[in-house]
Amino acid sequence: MKINSPLEAYKFLPGTNCGECGELTCMAFAAHLIDRSKKLTECKPILEDKFKKKFEELTALLAPEIREVEIGVGDRVSKIGGDDVLYRHKLTFFNQTQFAYDVWDTMDEKELVERVNYIQDFKKFYVGSFLNVDMVAVRCTSNDPAKFAAAVKKVVETTDMPIILCSFEPAVLKAGLEVSKDRNPLLYAANRDNWKEIADLALEYDVPVTLFAPDDLELLKSMAKTFAAMGTEKLVLDPGTFPTGKQLRQTFTNFIKLRRAGIEGDRDIAYPIMAVPFTAWMAHDDPVSASYWETVVASIFTIKYGDIMILHSTEPYAILPEIHIRDTMYTDPRKPVSVDPGMYKVGEPTVDSPVLITTNFALTYYTVESDLASSKIDCYLWAIDTDGIGVEAAVAGGQLTASKIKKGIEDSGFDLKKDTTHNTIIIPGLAARLQGDVEDETGANVMVGPADSGRIPGWMDKNWPPQKK
Amino acid sequence: MHMTKKMKLSQLSNMLQDLDVESMEGVTIEGDIELNITGGGGLDPALAYALGHEISHVSLHMANIARMLGFPAEQLLASAFGMAEAGQPRALQASPKIQELLASKFEVAKIENWKSQIQEVTLGATSGDGGSRKSTITIGGENALPYYFDAGMPHRNHVTLDVFDMPISMAKAVKANYEDVINDPAEWAKKAVRDFNADMVTIHLISTDPLIKDTPAKEAAKVVEDVLQAVDVPIVIGGSGNPEKDPEVLAKAAEVAEGERVLLASASLNLDYERIAKAAVDYGHVVLSWTQLEINAQKELNRKLMKQCNVPRESIVVDPTTAALGYGLDYAYSNMERIRLAGLMGDDELTFPMSSGTTNAWGAREAWMVSSPLSQDSDWGPREYRGPIWEIITGLTLSLAGNDLFMMMHPTSVQVLKEVTQTLYGAIESEEIDISNWIGAEV
Ligand code: SF4
Repeated sequence: MKINSPLEAYKFLPGTNCGECGELTCMAFAAHLIDRSKKLTECKPILEDKFKKKFEELTALLAPEIREVEIGVGDRVSKIGGDDVLYRHKLTFFNQTQFAYDVWDTMDEKELVERVNYIQDFKKFYVGSFLNVDMVAVRCTSNDPAKFAAAVKKVVETTDMPIILCSFEPAVLKAGLEVSKDRNPLLYAANRDNWKEIADLALEYDVPVTLFAPDDLELLKSMAKTFAAMGTEKLVLDPGTFPTGKQLRQTFTNFIKLRRAGIEGDRDIAYPIMAVPFTAWMAHDDPVSASYWETVVASIFTIKYGDIMILHSTEPYAILPEIHIRDTMYTDPRKPVSVDPGMYKVGEPTVDSPVLITTNFALTYYTVESDLASSKIDCYLWAIDTDGIGVEAAVAGGQLTASKIKKGIEDSGFDLKKDTTHNTIIIPGLAARLQGDVEDETGANVMVGPADSGRIPGWMDKNWPPQKK
Repeated sequence: MHMTKKMKLSQLSNMLQDLDVESMEGVTIEGDIELNITGGGGLDPALAYALGHEISHVSLHMANIARMLGFPAEQLLASAFGMAEAGQPRALQASPKIQELLASKFEVAKIENWKSQIQEVTLGATSGDGGSRKSTITIGGENALPYYFDAGMPHRNHVTLDVFDMPISMAKAVKANYEDVINDPAEWAKKAVRDFNADMVTIHLISTDPLIKDTPAKEAAKVVEDVLQAVDVPIVIGGSGNPEKDPEVLAKAAEVAEGERVLLASASLNLDYERIAKAAVDYGHVVLSWTQLEINAQKELNRKLMKQCNVPRESIVVDPTTAALGYGLDYAYSNMERIRLAGLMGDDELTFPMSSGTTNAWGAREAWMVSSPLSQDSDWGPREYRGPIWEIITGLTLSLAGNDLFMMMHPTSVQVLKEVTQTLYGAIESEEIDISNWIGAEV
């Protein structure tokens, strides 16, 4: 965005401090506009006619440096781009990288449907919700418009995920568009040879389009400028993803240059960037090596500025690290890293239920909690105040100690002798070395649980209730 | 006079060249374009040619503008000059048509405020320098973020493989590689270098922990000597993580390794770092300055090591803590990136090469569990493949934040991490691949 202090945004607001936006003052609202935690349209008064000019001016000033492009429709719309910074700690990255997995039109129909279903159903639980993947890219390998259209049609019938139509043949893309036009698919791609026809299609069907100029940023910029002049800024830039050697290094350089120029204000190329880790399959024959290398390339460009990518491997050992590295980069660094310390009840614990200890690092806490809850273990769980540090590091660093544990339990007004029948504390396996100290400090029996909370259910079967001493 | 006219035409040409569609707003072009060339007298042939040249260019620009506005000028030109050819006449459309890509230059500047160089630190010492290593390793020296085009990266990343002084519990996929050497640290170290291409080895003296075996420092130091005998690469010496015992253990180990320029892992704020620092200074080693995901603590400890303990700058490496992918890697990444950026911008308490305990990746359940403990999850697939990639991606991520040295465990992870970091570094040649038609690739 073009401004960076709340004062600069404040000048455009109505200044009445009416509170409709949920903030006490216009100045407070302005601060949220600058850190992008609120949208200008949440100030209803500024939408009135008399503020029209100010609204428009401020909207332009607040627009992110990298344009936002939408693919797909309705609930499943994928937004890409929209970034304002080169380093996540400077603000946060917006609109997480969208992962499209491929199908191709020479695929057996049954296989295609199975693959699409697998892609759309893939999920992994993580910190309170599920991680998923996002899109289907349909590759034309037949060079036959009718075949391509049939494959696209099947995909459209099978999923409401956003779609990427992949071919360099205008006639093929047109056939695909005819059966998916109401789904706002992304066209892939215009290149040096076909750009006029592809531009016609993008304009005629009013869909976003990818510009492909392998290792040629000048050409990429020319195309982007030309497409914008012709009337569309729904553009995605693919500077080519070369999978190996010096070419991969050059690809890395191109991504850095492109995003840096965009953030620094070169509007002509300030569009979302596409990576195609798929090309790893052109360098490796063995599927495990290809999957590994594809995951490596995908990770590099999730970290460094890829906004959308096309991938081939749907092996869990590829998808799991991919969705986690994406979460890593796009988690808002401003959000708190810890939960409030204290006692939490999981299920409906009674005097016979176990008492477990963990730290108040949000991730640790949620992991333990979900493992307990999903195995239906009723218990008391303490989040000990470790300054938001995980168990292993907190033991090593002295943030998780016997006295901290004692204090945590006492601060909740819980008395192990009166409120339980067993007077027993279960500490994490990674805090095993604290066992003796905790016994001395609290006078309770201390059991050492497993090192990973995923193993608590099996551990409970064996060790709970504790043997009477 | 002639010159003036020529200038004017050039200006008109230039002006048209610079026009883009946005600035065409409000411009109207009506009827024929008249160019009046006045001034009397006949034109000399050279000038006539020059004028003709300029005018043709002007006409081309005019024609291009006409096309942008949707007028099929090429047909007009073609028929006017008898160059009409077959081809579909283009229908007039509402959106402006452009027949040639608009010219444009792509430019991006280097980062100006990366003015400071990261400290170079050499690990290991050869016989010429009082040690017995066959070669040394130098890390650091960067003037930019890793692999960036702004400045060359003087040294590649390096990997040190973990060796333990007693059998420990390990993920199955890791253990399979070390079963034959698990009771013999010297053999273990040899295997890491010979079979798994380790640049260095780390001997972790975990048995010294009073809660494990309470091995005396003196005995542990013998293991260090064995490892130094067994391999000729530089080594890292790690304690058990017990803050009471580590200073004593590391001081003794430093003494027996005198002159070898080992990396002592580690000094931290919660133990007697002075004793470890003194051992490093006295016996010519390097200190690993370890803090927990906190840039200010890192500054504080580095400051204390330099000012209070007189550790030379070229004898400090920092470990700002590595959290596994999915288990806090976001903090670890941003913490390292901030440290490196601050260093490059001149914060001399942070201009040090960095080291990562990448092995921590194996603490992630995704790396070692047979399957997800949660029934709602999609199938996690075989763990043999999940584990190494977890370690690779954890390391790769931190390499992009500026990490120089990786402490690792699985041979496959070492191999792939080395390949990818050295590819980005520019040291890997491979066959060029033509991706221009990747869509049709059969895979
Ligand atoms: S709604 Fe608008 S005018 Fe009212 S306080 Fe908020 S920013 Fe100010």
